[in-house]
Amino acid sequence: MSAMLLPTRKDEAWRYADLDALADLRPLPVVESIVVPAGGSFSRAIVQDSGGVRQIGLVVGKGANARMDTLNLGGDYGRIELDVTLHEGSHFELRGVILGSGEQVLEIVTAVTHAEPNATSNQTVRTVVGGKATGSYLGKVAVARGAQKTDAAQSVKAMLLDRTATANAKPELEIYADDVKCAHGATVGELDQAAMFYLASRGLPPAEAKQLLLQAFVAGVFEGAEDEAALTAAALSKLGAMV
Amino acid sequence: MLQINNLHAMVGGTEILKGLTLSLKAGEIHAIMGPNGAGKSTLSYVLGGRPGYEVTDGEVTFNGADLLAMAPHERAAAGLFLGFQYPVEIPGVSNVQFLREALNAQRKARGQEPLSGGEFLKLARAQADAMGMDMEMLKRPVNVGFSGGEKKRNEMVQMGIIDPVLAILDETDSGLDIDALRVVGDGINRIMRKPDKAVLLITHYQRLLDYVKPDFVHVLDGGRITRTGGAELALELEREGYKELAA
Repeated sequence: MSAMLLPTRKDEAWRYADLDALADLRPLPVVESIVVPAGGSFSRAIVQDSGGVRQIGLVVGKGANARMDTLNLGGDYGRIELDVTLHEGSHFELRGVILGSGEQVLEIVTAVTHAEPNATSNQTVRTVVGGKATGSYLGKVAVARGAQKTDAAQSVKAMLLDRTATANAKPELEIYADDVKCAHGATVGELDQAAMFYLASRGLPPAEAKQLLLQAFVAGVFEGAEDEAALTAAALSKLGAMV
Repeated sequence: MLQINNLHAMVGGTEILKGLTLSLKAGEIHAIMGPNGAGKSTLSYVLGGRPGYEVTDGEVTFNGADLLAMAPHERAAAGLFLGFQYPVEIPGVSNVQFLREALNAQRKARGQEPLSGGEFLKLARAQADAMGMDMEMLKRPVNVGFSGGEKKRNEMVQMGIIDPVLAILDETDSGLDIDALRVVGDGINRIMRKPDKAVLLITHYQRLLDYVKPDFVHVLDGGRITRTGGAELALELEREGYKELAA
């Protein structure tokens, strides 16, 4: 039933969304449901290159391992939404990159629930936005009562290429257990002008220097992904077009 | 090779260079000495084209071309090398990758063929060896985790690879122990002591000049050259101090 209703800005998880674009996208596709059985292993790469909303519900069974690599770079409005539930001793890994230009609105939104003890999660998201684009990461980590020894980490860094671009980084914690580790860091910055001049002084033209620094910024995010080469190539190609 | 006439420059609204005139010919090594705040680093950044350093008067010609009209990367392609007092750390960018791209960008600007990966690595290895730097260090991110001495050594490796015609070295001797000082001094002589090249050495201390013998020594004070002499002037400065000389 809720699929019929469109979210509003009052809904925290849709606060930065492009609601006009969203209206054109309805009906939203069905939420994809993935269950990783106990002791299992799962990995998936998503390249969002044409716009739209993609919602995935992921349940990671006892002692299982799940990894998602998401590259969000296409369309006027592109949203990747992950609702993850972790059972005892399981692990979830998110590696995300958002590359936005023009007037694109691109989002990665996660809700990771540590439902049982000893589960770990690690989320790394790098965003580069230029022009009037908006790149958002909203990441909620919920630790259920009794989910002791939870270890959850979120590292979010964004780079603005122009003062007209917007980056939102919102790690969020909701903890109902008392023996947990939940680390989060978020930064929004610009290209290092000292580094730009250093590279230029060695002969690199500005566009090449920029591209090199941006490559370094997103480098390593997709390390170890099954589609590492394809993901990296797609990211570099967009970065090349952005500088 | 380099002609600086009546150069005035401002940084953050304050005039730092106040009518500096200096001439370097091919085959010459010039040292600029001066007290803190005299404008030494400002001079090097103005010549390198660093944003934020605004030239308000005067001109600089480099082999006949208007240096101040060129962007920093164009100055590099024209043969100017700036050795940094504080080399910048760039996480995630490997030394060899950036140097190869930089060198090939310079070659492209000069209408030369790019070096292949193999040719470049051979050149880089030879220059690293000459400076006593491990090739593995050259593959690491630019200056990240390098000690002060290693950063300066890396500047010299870069200079060797790029092989410029004019080097402006801003306090390349600061932060070096005696052994590293000799290695860096030898590097400057080996790479730059040639009839078709010139060096502008900016330094606080006389000690680097024990290894790199300057043809001229200039005193920079209050944004202009206040005195010029031969190598003996550096010794006199070391003995008497800037204050005595200015008086």
